[in-house]
Amino acid sequence: MMLDDFFMRALVAGLGVALLTGPLGCFVVWRRLSFFGDTLSHGAILGVALSLLMNLNIMLGVFAVALVLALLLLLFQRRTALASDSILAILSHGALSLGLVVVAAMSWLRIDLTSLLFGDILAVSKPDVAAIWLGGLVVLVLLAWQWRGLLAATVNRDVALAEKSDNALSPGQLDLLFTLLLAIVIAVSVKIIGVALMTALLVIPAGAARNFARGPAHMLLLSALMGCVSVVAGLFSSLKFDAPAGPAIVVSAVVLFGLGQVATALISHRKTAE
Amino acid sequence: MDSLVAMQEAGLNRAGRWLVRGVDLAVRPSEIVTLIGPNGSGKSTTLKLAVGIETASEGKVNRRQGARVGYVPQTLSIDWSLPLRVRDFMSLTQRIPDGDAKAALARTGAEELWQRDLKNLSGGEMQRVLMARALARKPELLVLDEPAQGVDIAGEENLYALIKSLRDETGCGVLLVSHDLHMVMAATDHVICLNGHVCCHGAPDVVANNAAYRQLFGSRAGAIAPYRHHHDHVHLPDGRVQHADGTISDHCHPGDGHHHLQAGAHVFPEVAPPPRQRKNDA
Repeated sequence: MMLDDFFMRALVAGLGVALLTGPLGCFVVWRRLSFFGDTLSHGAILGVALSLLMNLNIMLGVFAVALVLALLLLLFQRRTALASDSILAILSHGALSLGLVVVAAMSWLRIDLTSLLFGDILAVSKPDVAAIWLGGLVVLVLLAWQWRGLLAATVNRDVALAEKSDNALSPGQLDLLFTLLLAIVIAVSVKIIGVALMTALLVIPAGAARNFARGPAHMLLLSALMGCVSVVAGLFSSLKFDAPAGPAIVVSAVVLFGLGQVATALISHRKTAE
Repeated sequence: MDSLVAMQEAGLNRAGRWLVRGVDLAVRPSEIVTLIGPNGSGKSTTLKLAVGIETASEGKVNRRQGARVGYVPQTLSIDWSLPLRVRDFMSLTQRIPDGDAKAALARTGAEELWQRDLKNLSGGEMQRVLMARALARKPELLVLDEPAQGVDIAGEENLYALIKSLRDETGCGVLLVSHDLHMVMAATDHVICLNGHVCCHGAPDVVANNAAYRQLFGSRAGAIAPYRHHHDHVHLPDGRVQHADGTISDHCHPGDGHHHLQAGAHVFPEVAPPPRQRKNDA
């Protein structure tokens, strides 16, 4: 079977992740949540540590910690005078450091910190691939189901609230749903791309898609496409140049973003010249 | 409950400060209710309480179940990273067929903006698009927060004329915040003057002669005089209507004065027929 080859497994897993982070990343960019995404991904290290400590499924552990962090953020936003970015910094670095401390304390386990931070896509297993595609399906179905509401609340909260039909989800409930989706994506992707590079895969493909997108849905598609191209380019270059896979994928995404910026600049230059 | 939205003694407290308090208002179908008042008097807050953007800290706000609301916000700022054309924006909260969306844009004179990105619109163009989007929903309750912002005088006259003709056609209730006393007095059934609380309210000419209102707006208060309504009915403080023959009802009758506007004809030359013709009709 094709998934018996480690490289094919990596490719299928990577494409699955890109098809998720692309669309979700658009909302992260539109709603200016990249720091929030960073916090949830940093929490993943604590999630991994706790799952190992309590002998739980790692994806469930990461998912649970991401949710707890999101709820703590909501709580602190209401209870303290600090701005959100400061609260995020406290939660983000707190979770990251606590995770590292717990990992170090488990001296009986040998954990490869590098793969935790930057991902290990080549070590991905068949159950990992299944989790990515199943989790991904759930996320995309939920996203499609609430697409209009999520977009409306992103564009203008007041309009979304005022025109909400009686049985529709409120913008506040949609925030929670979005956090849930983000937590699922981080949980299934973190093994592939790593704690430190997670946000890159959310933000960079979306950023690269922006200049070429005609509308919101179009941007979601382009962003997913950019992510897929980055995954393929990154994996093949990692094979060819013996580079670490996760960083190679992110570098590919950055190159794609850069090329897009240059292309846009050239097009607008030509338009002004005419 | 026949009103689309009704507030009783409603107030909003934010961090120990009352933004607005003790507001009573009701908007019924086919009724235009306008909120006026100085800056910071709680006009927008009252509007937001009425449509449920804010939740009242005290008092009651009842909206009719399932009433379709069209909301026109004061401004709309979108993150640069979100590409949004007018045609996509029209279907923001509800799927609107292209034909209906274009027809709504045509009514606000914005049909040529169909393919434009929202970020490249001028203030006046944005206001037209915001209005068209709310219209396209065929609202039962149209709510507008200073809809004339960034619109020139002619545009403003058209805008208020449009609100009025929309009410006449569809029978929707309208709740709006306005700064422009001329327009308010000419195009409104019921005026609520706010200053942190309800300072006074009633039919436009009742409010215009109210001492508290005159004190609040000073010399500008007199500006409304040439535009006085000639109502043949009076809106009572409890919201009911007293007609010329002395009968009292819950609604304005189709034959009531504001459907034969003399004052309105002055103000909206583009939509309403010339005043003289109108008078002959009446």
